[in-house]
Amino acid sequence: MAEYLLLIYGDESKFENPDPTAMEAMMEGHRVFGEKNGPSLRGGNALEPSDTATSIRGDSSSGFTTTDGAFAETKEALGGYYVVEAADLDEAIAIAKGIPMPFGGVEVRPIRVFD
Amino acid sequence: MLAATVRVAGDIDLAEECVQDAYARALTAWPESGIPSKPAAWLTTVARRSAIDSLRRRHTHDRVLPKLIEPEGATDEPLDEENDIVDDRLRLIFTCCHPALAPEAQVALTLRLLCGLTTDEVAHMFLVQESTMAARLTRAKKKIATARVPYRVPSPDELPMRIDAVLTVVHLLFTTGHTAPVGDELIRRDLVERSLNLARMLRTLLPGNPDVAGLMALILLTDARSASRVTGDGTLTLLADQDRSQWNRHEIAEGLSLVREALEYRPPGRFSLMAAIAAVHAEAPNWSATDWTELVGLYDLLVTIWPSPVVALNRAVAVGFAQGPETGLAALDALANEPQLASYGYLSSARADFLGRLGRVEEARIAYKDALRLTENEVERHFLSRRLEQLE
Repeated sequence: MAEYLLLIYGDESKFENPDPTAMEAMMEGHRVFGEKNGPSLRGGNALEPSDTATSIRGDSSSGFTTTDGAFAETKEALGGYYVVEAADLDEAIAIAKGIPMPFGGVEVRPIRVFD
Repeated sequence: MLAATVRVAGDIDLAEECVQDAYARALTAWPESGIPSKPAAWLTTVARRSAIDSLRRRHTHDRVLPKLIEPEGATDEPLDEENDIVDDRLRLIFTCCHPALAPEAQVALTLRLLCGLTTDEVAHMFLVQESTMAARLTRAKKKIATARVPYRVPSPDELPMRIDAVLTVVHLLFTTGHTAPVGDELIRRDLVERSLNLARMLRTLLPGNPDVAGLMALILLTDARSASRVTGDGTLTLLADQDRSQWNRHEIAEGLSLVREALEYRPPGRFSLMAAIAAVHAEAPNWSATDWTELVGLYDLLVTIWPSPVVALNRAVAVGFAQGPETGLAALDALANEPQLASYGYLSSARADFLGRLGRVEEARIAYKDALRLTENEVERHFLSRRLEQLE
């Protein structure tokens, strides 16, 4: 078995004036997803919008630069994640397809194991 | 042999090493003991044993590497069973053509691991440096191991989609060979042969699959015309002007029987429909006897299941021959704003041909010049230049 991080990306502008029924459907989608994949789920969270993010970079004089915003500005921002356990990539992809993704998609990344 | 070894090794790199090792051992063992009665089985057994030994050593050193399969598969079972070989090959095909890999990596892995080409040969086929191809293959194999792309035949519900990915790779290989995108020669025989061999292999592995039958028919029926596509001095000959007596009757007969089989399944898939289109041309005794109405009907079906602008373009050309150049031109012009066709020379050359037939010489001239700007194949360029000269 291996662990995968499922990163949920979406167009944040769609959440600015959300249609309540669509939001409700999405929450219900996550509830169903959690119920269906209970034994495989190792964790997961929704994130606040990327305009609440703060980025920190090391600078050349061993100090830090702190800036407003996400690390990479993209149209489709990271909005949440799950950590799942799966036998292989196909199983992880099958699980990921159950995640509600009305405004974007999901990236499947293997979690690195150090010996 | 590689396919059977990967199942035991659980890792493509290790399997490749073990197969090489087996050949090396054969070089020393066979001169003394004589060539075994089943050389391939001998080599496979040696390769698989060496994979098991390596795995045991790795376990002893407690170095756990990402595996394609769990180690319980690693037994020294006998292997020259027909079914085992079929299953191992299928597993390897589906791993090489997994949608999680980049399309160019899928093609390269298939050539390297299933056709047994060296990295240098694969690089040569794609006109890239060997180091570039080596890096591409390494990256793909690393992803297979790290992300755990499984080494197995997909479940029945996934199978149609996954077979389509495999067939797409084989078809891409064929089209690249049938009309080389760059270079001095129109046809790359080596690529065409490889794609036909892969299609035959798939046909053996999945005998009842209509899409496999459809793709193999498409390759055979298209390739059957290759002898008449280029004349002795290297000029391109249009389907309309080809000497049909040069067509390969053997390939056509085999292709036609496969098309009939493929079309028994409803609804027909895109490869089966493309093969049916090729079959209409193959059965026409000459260009003017071509059943264009039948072709338009087939393209209409194809466009509904595969709404690609390139298919729509071919449909428009068929419409032009079925209903006259004016109607065809209107159908072509409806596609003028398709971004995917913006850099596609065939749209311009098809327009040029219809405009020429309508006597609109000046517009035809501009369209041929557009087409010339968009093609990099020397044989095609020569052909377009000649058509441009003939416009007067």
